[in-house]
Amino acid sequence: MNNLNFIYPEIFISLSILFLLIIGVFKKKSSDLVFTLSVVILLIALGILIKFPSDKEFFLFSDSYKIDQLSTFMKIVTLISGIFVLISSYKYIKLAKIIDIEYPVLILASILGMLVMISSYDLIVFYVGLELQTLSLYVLAAFDKNQRNSSEAGLKYFVLSALSSGLLLYGCSLIYGFTGSTNFALISENIFSSDYGNIFGIVFILVGLSFKISVVPFHMWAPDVYEGSPTSVTLFFAVVPKVAALTVFIRFLYVPFFSLIEQWQSIIIFLSLASMIFGAISAIGQKNLKRLIAFSSIGHMGYALAALSVGTNSGIQSSIIYLCIYLVMNIGFFCCLFMLKRENIFFYNLEDLAGLSKNHPVISLCLLIILFSLAGIPPTAGFFAKFYIFISVIEESMYFLAIIGLLSTVISAFYYLKIIKIIYFDRPKEQYDKENDLGLKISLALSTLLILLYFIYPDSLINLVSKISII
Amino acid sequence: MTEVTLVHYLILGAIIFTTGVIGIFLNRKNVIVILMSIELILLAVNINLVSFSIFLNDLNGQIFTLFILTVAAAEAAIGLAIIVTYYRNAGTINVEDIKNLKG
Repeated sequence: MNNLNFIYPEIFISLSILFLLIIGVFKKKSSDLVFTLSVVILLIALGILIKFPSDKEFFLFSDSYKIDQLSTFMKIVTLISGIFVLISSYKYIKLAKIIDIEYPVLILASILGMLVMISSYDLIVFYVGLELQTLSLYVLAAFDKNQRNSSEAGLKYFVLSALSSGLLLYGCSLIYGFTGSTNFALISENIFSSDYGNIFGIVFILVGLSFKISVVPFHMWAPDVYEGSPTSVTLFFAVVPKVAALTVFIRFLYVPFFSLIEQWQSIIIFLSLASMIFGAISAIGQKNLKRLIAFSSIGHMGYALAALSVGTNSGIQSSIIYLCIYLVMNIGFFCCLFMLKRENIFFYNLEDLAGLSKNHPVISLCLLIILFSLAGIPPTAGFFAKFYIFISVIEESMYFLAIIGLLSTVISAFYYLKIIKIIYFDRPKEQYDKENDLGLKISLALSTLLILLYFIYPDSLINLVSKISII
Repeated sequence: MTEVTLVHYLILGAIIFTTGVIGIFLNRKNVIVILMSIELILLAVNINLVSFSIFLNDLNGQIFTLFILTVAAAEAAIGLAIIVTYYRNAGTINVEDIKNLKG
């Protein structure tokens, strides 16, 4: 048990959740305090995680929990994005009157589940982490309990996510039965394509995981849930669970199933092609910005999967870089959404952005940079993200995937540019509230600067990610 | 008498699993039925795991089953709670009426 110090972040967060619940019971009107404390807890967990850098690989609990470069990096990304989600949405939560002590506690619980998922090296541990994450997300989606839309989003997410967990579990049971083990390393030794049970198991597991990161054809929950749930929860949905789910994708494809790459490669290519095309085309007619960002995130996940389908370390690395830049862009976009309020009412429709540049030049400029980056126009970070993906796809001479990816980038540029046209050239609407709280401003400024100035020193992120090697 | 082999258990599990999945998609009436279908899916997985575990002579599968049972209980509780809040806001839990969000 001498390696126990490597799971101090998880232990710390789980003890803090209990502590916060006790505070919530015994102290009246403590929701603000609990919220602040939860940010502090995430910061401390981040500190603990950075203080124990793991250059080597460690196994805990009889090989069922693995600490390596991938898991440490992804945990850091998860915690940082969790902190920014909380900071930037504080004002919204207060104004929408959903600031209960349960809100930050549920966010912490789902982040704990994600940390467990990220390091899991065993089907059982993976399942428990996944369920801790999804059960908290069900409640978060339905958190605004007096709004019909919010509870409808929660209900839809519950049904589809429970179904996907069921499919995933069925796959796990088949894999367990045909390889005789739940440990990833043992599975990779005993998995053979001659057993049809293994192939069925892989398909079921991939379907379940695709639900979680919402790629076509398992995306149908995403637009409804994004639109219905409170915007702060939408931000959380759009950002944090994707990190954990993509890490699990990488783990599953490249550790236990790697010897069957010929079987799963075509599935991943199909998923990625379908979601790139669908995300680009179906976002065009959307009027609601939250729905639009849901479709755009479907498309972005398609690009991240494209790099995973190639089966090389550089593919994995470019996919991780893509994910990091995607997170920054989404946090920036939602910060702008949080700023569109007038007398405590928030606005989410495309026409509410009309002529924003006349009254709010700074927000419009930030939104302009973020949208350029989402569309992948140089020199913003979004361009580099797509560039790395296409490089690693072309290196393996998968030209078809690269061509379709480029075409759908062009199509999706249309609706991003349409938003910019609405912001800058349409007839202005009434002014929105000018004052915003500090956390929101800091998050917006940071994310915009990161996107804009990434091209000056792109090596910083590349050097961090290049240490990650799975194969 | 034919011997009951692993294949029989797997076929039983597959049938129950398919019933559950079909129950979710064909059901047009009540959300509670969906909840029951989800339970069916999870129980089918349990049958699979336990039978594999016995035929492989390996305890891992049965431990997995215990975890799934626990999580299924929690999931049903949360699902019912969400259905109750939805009913309070909408006054119905008819599947065809759950269409406020679309586009």
